[in-house]
Amino acid sequence: MLRGDRGEAVRDALRYQVRVGEFFGAERFVPITNAHMMGDIEVMGDGGFEYLARACAKRARCRVPTTTNARCVDFELAARLGQDPAEVDKERRLIAALREMNVLTTDTCINYQTLYQPHLGEHVAWGDTGTVIYANSVFGARTNFESGPAALAAALTGRTPEYGFHLDRHRKGTLVVRLEARLDDLADWGAVGKIVGERHQSYYAVPVFTGAVRAPLADELKHLGCALASYGSMAMFHMVGTTPEAPSLAAALGGNRAADEILIDDAALERVYAGYDLQDRTCNLVVFSGPQLSLFELKSLAERFGGRKVHPGTQVFATTSNGVKSAARQLGYLQGLESAGVTVLEGVCFYILQNLSQMRVANGWTNLISNSAKIVNIIGAHRFNTILRRTPDCVEIACSGRLA
Amino acid sequence: MSEPLATIRVVRAFGAVVEGEAVVSAEGFSPRYDLDRWSGVITKPGHKLEGTSLRDKICFFPTAKGGIAAGWAFYDIKHKGIAPKALVFGVTNPVMVQGAVFADIAITEGWDPDPAGVVRTGDWVRVDPARRVVELLRRAG
Repeated sequence: MLRGDRGEAVRDALRYQVRVGEFFGAERFVPITNAHMMGDIEVMGDGGFEYLARACAKRARCRVPTTTNARCVDFELAARLGQDPAEVDKERRLIAALREMNVLTTDTCINYQTLYQPHLGEHVAWGDTGTVIYANSVFGARTNFESGPAALAAALTGRTPEYGFHLDRHRKGTLVVRLEARLDDLADWGAVGKIVGERHQSYYAVPVFTGAVRAPLADELKHLGCALASYGSMAMFHMVGTTPEAPSLAAALGGNRAADEILIDDAALERVYAGYDLQDRTCNLVVFSGPQLSLFELKSLAERFGGRKVHPGTQVFATTSNGVKSAARQLGYLQGLESAGVTVLEGVCFYILQNLSQMRVANGWTNLISNSAKIVNIIGAHRFNTILRRTPDCVEIACSGRLA
Repeated sequence: MSEPLATIRVVRAFGAVVEGEAVVSAEGFSPRYDLDRWSGVITKPGHKLEGTSLRDKICFFPTAKGGIAAGWAFYDIKHKGIAPKALVFGVTNPVMVQGAVFADIAITEGWDPDPAGVVRTGDWVRVDPARRVVELLRRAG
């Protein structure tokens, strides 16, 4: 490949991967079975798009099944959201280039729930961070945080440098977290991730959770993982008795001595919820996004909004994938949400929406209320004041127009 | 080649030799959370470097922040001509490394001694990735 036998694009991709691998002292490459890449005009900019167009022209074609993460435009709603038509057009051309490169433009950050579930020990090259931590922790698959250029390179060469979470030694627990909280709501699981992630901001910190009172649901592990990755830059956790590399606490720690032991009880969660500045108590924006909602989450949300209406002047957004939205339409959940006044966006994440800062100003949004600990953390650069609330509280705020 | 006033050894490094003005941060960094990707200035309200331009600078950060989207950001700001010359991290994550290598911006991780006691913002420094060193060449003004 380095000789260029498979074309210039593959040669360039492999050269790039060799440089990244050398940085981390990788001794070899491992073959991958699946790649998941972030690539949209908001994150790539014109420079990234030009790079992609050149790679496409050099006949770069993905060798393993490759899917795309959530993007920045919902083409049906772009005009209503006030997105820039020139950027929307670039996004269309960018998607066409990716398809020509043999990428499945699925536009979802919950590929692990909807598209592909790698098995124990399977090497993949995934990003965003929520997909990575779910793959490593819940499936026992192996991947590092692979940013857009890195995941694309892996897709072109079919391999990735062996460092970080591809290696046994980085997959052992480094700290222990005992769960004594009730954890009734998705936001509670995100709050756990916030507490642990803020205290141990390190890619190589691997928390081991013990004491969960019941078997957690996939959506709960999703919110936990996304928050750990967002607040702590973490790529893996264990949950004793739940995740595949943690049959026992000792096995999860793998000989490591826990660097810290954290107890999380109901009081700790209440302190998280009490910690938000409500400013002037404006609540004209409620968002269910980051990560995209599963079909189960959309059904539950439709039930909570059943027979109710979003308060006049308040806007409520939920984001999901094309596949989930289609299923929700077929099952009637979508109509329920829409008749309540909820806008369900497809193929996007609220946080990377093209023109978000301008949208915020145009709509007079200041406070952003969400049940997602992740989005509450990452959207600050757009100058939102963010507030984490449990799902029923979010629905109540959306319908009453009152923030308590 | 002038004799350095001080030398910081780094653990891992990528890139060509570069010299430039230092910006030393007490706070971590994400090109998406903290940086205005149209001006090259740190704009995140409350960031310890708020108002500082990173263009052509040698930037010292103790930690990396942020997710996958940062991977395209360095290439984007280099394309716009507002990228730093080098990123010197205490601890970083793969996204920063993948992003910097992709954009051909020098990057290092791990340091001894901690630059906080050695280099000040405005000093002139050289990053030599092959030799795994960052050298202080001149004090500011």
